Amino acid sequence: MTKPSLTKHIRSLRPWLGLASLLAGFLLWQFAAQTGGLPSFILPTPVDVWSRFVRAAADRSLFLHMGVTLTEILSGLLAGVAAATCLGYLVAKSRLLENLLAPYLVASQAVPLVAIAPLLVIWFGPGMFSKILICALIVFFPVLVNTVVGVRAVPPALYDLMGSLRATRTQILLKLEVPAALPIFLGGLRIGATLSVIGAVVGEFVGADRGLGFLINVGRGQYDTSLVFVAIFALVVMALVLYGMVAWFEKRLLIWQETSHTL
Amino acid sequence: MSSNPILTVSNLTVTFPDNNGGLRALDEVSFEVCPQEFICVLGPSGSGKTTLLRVLAGLLPPTMGEVNFGDHQQPRIGMVFQQSNLMPWRTVLENIRLPLELTGAADAESRARELIDLVGLTGFENNWPRDLSGGMAQRVAIARALIHDPDLLLLDEPFGALDALTRERMWMELSRIWQARQKTVVMVTHSINESLFLADRVLVLSARPGHVKLDLEVDLPRPRVDDIRYTPPFGQLARKLKAAIE
Repeated sequence: MTKPSLTKHIRSLRPWLGLASLLAGFLLWQFAAQTGGLPSFILPTPVDVWSRFVRAAADRSLFLHMGVTLTEILSGLLAGVAAATCLGYLVAKSRLLENLLAPYLVASQAVPLVAIAPLLVIWFGPGMFSKILICALIVFFPVLVNTVVGVRAVPPALYDLMGSLRATRTQILLKLEVPAALPIFLGGLRIGATLSVIGAVVGEFVGADRGLGFLINVGRGQYDTSLVFVAIFALVVMALVLYGMVAWFEKRLLIWQETSHTL
Repeated sequence: MSSNPILTVSNLTVTFPDNNGGLRALDEVSFEVCPQEFICVLGPSGSGKTTLLRVLAGLLPPTMGEVNFGDHQQPRIGMVFQQSNLMPWRTVLENIRLPLELTGAADAESRARELIDLVGLTGFENNWPRDLSGGMAQRVAIARALIHDPDLLLLDEPFGALDALTRERMWMELSRIWQARQKTVVMVTHSINESLFLADRVLVLSARPGHVKLDLEVDLPRPRVDDIRYTPPFGQLARKLKAAIE
């Protein structure tokens, strides 16, 4: 009698396990930092980080930098996704275009973006635009590839169906190709959303006077390691929210699929 | 049949390009179809049956010869494929509604519901295709092919992927639906029983390149019930078809 009720009890606690594990991690960190004897500019305690966060939040500087980075991420994501989707559709439809663009696409993937970020900052200045460009470029490739694969995966028999119903080009695009390519496309978007955060931070490392990447550089320069942690946590939260939003859209749009991705 | 043919196929030849001067799939195929006639096209695999259907559906241009639809130069086509070919992101109701969405009819919803009743899927309106059995999915496909009131219904081995019992139940269903809707049907099959059970006329295509080898009137009484398969006239017709196919 006790055994099934015990397992049932554990199961009902399962949603809280993640939270408990996180809490335990923080406690361990606090303990290690306090007893380890390391100075706080090497390893601050969670309490140090929290009070630094409160300070940065109080003078609004944290939100200013978050806003800048978020703007860069979202603008870059939007521009990259728009360009990659349009070009991806054309490439999927035309072997000629694919052959013409293939060397550039492969080359763009082979060049590490971190290496050309300084070049982009030299060309386009240390403002937001160069970061938006870096985000867009880093997002571009996975979204393009997934668009091509998604559109090419549309079952030929469904084209026959639309053809027998005398569907127009636009109808085929909207009622067949878009919904059929959506699962694979959204997979690319999920990768792109995560990458765009990296793109923004890389751009800000190279040269910027605001943004979370800039804040990390400042914290490092001033041995204000708590500030570095604050900026990192802000980035993590932003990336998680962004990822969660894409995943939520995916779940809503792909309700017809048997399996839905949870992670 | 006395009425004017709704479809005239004359000297239809289809050649697919290959490295060897082209692969001829259909060779001078000619026949007529009258309104409300149920025609089965029978033939060994590779005889160009599906090619013929694709030409009739307007999916493939004829290499030579012509397909004439009388006064409907742009006939409305309802097509059922070997696989149900449903869109997995649409529910049963939304799949059936698709042809009307393309033409923009106002009463799509009520017509879809009426057809769901006709094919016996009441209660499954909001199911996803993944939840349907093969037979149910094919009923949805039939309903979808009927909703825009097509001039011509083209069926490409629609029951080929079903198990024998389901298939025979679908024959009854189809012949009931056909009688209720009074449609002109061209159906491709490789089953002699199926063609005799359903058709007014059976065309037998030869092996590649396909041409019409036999045009057989099926004068069995309707409605045809299961037992008809064990009657002498059925057996005689079956023997003729079998001989023509070899």
